[in-house]
Amino acid sequence: MKEIERGGIPVVHVCTIVPISQTVGANRIVPAVAIPHPLGDPTRTHEEEVQIRRNLVLKALKALGTEVHEQTVFTD
Amino acid sequence: MSYRIVHYINQFFAGIGGEEKADYKPEAREGVVGPGQALNAAFKGRAEIVGTVICGDSYFAEHMAEASAEILEMIRKFSPDAVIAGPAFNAGRYGTASGAVLELVSRELKIPVVGGMYPENPGVELYRKSAYIVRTSDSARGMGPAVQGMAALALKLLDGEKIGTPEEEGYIERGLRKNIFLDKVGGERAAEMLARKLRGEPFKTEYPMPVFDRVAPNPPILDMKKAVVALVTSGGIVPKGNPDHIEASSATHYGEYSLEGVLTADADHYETAHGGYDPTYANKDPNRVLPVDVLRQLEKEGVIGKLHEKYYSTVGNGTSVANAKRFGEEIVGKLKKDGVDAVIVTST
Repeated sequence: MKEIERGGIPVVHVCTIVPISQTVGANRIVPAVAIPHPLGDPTRTHEEEVQIRRNLVLKALKALGTEVHEQTVFTD
Repeated sequence: MSYRIVHYINQFFAGIGGEEKADYKPEAREGVVGPGQALNAAFKGRAEIVGTVICGDSYFAEHMAEASAEILEMIRKFSPDAVIAGPAFNAGRYGTASGAVLELVSRELKIPVVGGMYPENPGVELYRKSAYIVRTSDSARGMGPAVQGMAALALKLLDGEKIGTPEEEGYIERGLRKNIFLDKVGGERAAEMLARKLRGEPFKTEYPMPVFDRVAPNPPILDMKKAVVALVTSGGIVPKGNPDHIEASSATHYGEYSLEGVLTADADHYETAHGGYDPTYANKDPNRVLPVDVLRQLEKEGVIGKLHEKYYSTVGNGTSVANAKRFGEEIVGKLKKDGVDAVIVTST
């Protein structure tokens, strides 16, 4: 991830354990749902789950479209 | 009288289960569980594990604040003289949980704390300043020396003995500075070091420079509607059957797979190769890790220009930093050649 950034392409990290992402050095971080299903929630219906996933991906795209100068966690 | 020790371990070392039990809630048990036996033996009667606190790795990572508070209370009830966590070897969530528990115990109960980890464990970078973390091997094959080192250091701390340098005591450098007196002044020592360096002889710096491997953020994507967005994951989503045989842990390579004509990462065609989390949910719907379905929707709606026709996948589970760095360097070269504008990396 950091190498992708170093290579010159903006990158967003969607992950559950934010402190690890920060330690590793991600600049744009979007907190995810849970470790075994970061972009989904098996307790919901399929439609609700797709909506959760869509919102997370939209948040990730918003992060990629936002200028940042330091490590930033996009919580909303 | 022997010292009272509380031992923190995860669900795996407690014998409760593997990834399918990683959401196990905190539990306190009297006496020794699992690797605590080896620790007790290493104490040679000078200290004894009076209680063991167990927590599932994923439960801790997903509920850090509540789990820490609950675990602290469980530990407090045993009235320990010191707390030991792990060894966690190269298990990232276990290392992070161990470190968080030790930091909290040290701050709140003001008693000695000792952990054990492989230097690349992310728990080291997060917590080495708060706790003594004994350097261990990357897997449980190194259990013997790990518990010996942890027990010895814990006893020294409990006895109030002077703790030597990281090399002498076998713990990971904490980034703390101590004033000491030496016979030779700094200038003289520096000149000697320089002379050794010029002669090509080995020399040892007295103040290693910290390595902060940080990369400045790239400018944002201004027009997402025209952007080519690529997916990269460390969650191990691969075409069914794992054609490139990506390892379930300590991956040595990554896969490049076509998404041409793929509208969704469905369970008939994709699965996870990852051995470090419960694969049930990802195998049932791989979009939960690799969100191809919604990216196709957003592509169709014109929110993004295009989903890149290839995705890259590896398993981030005890994978060495050197390998991960190499994967990243190779992948970014390919993405640039293909004209990708932005990347979403997903991790489990």
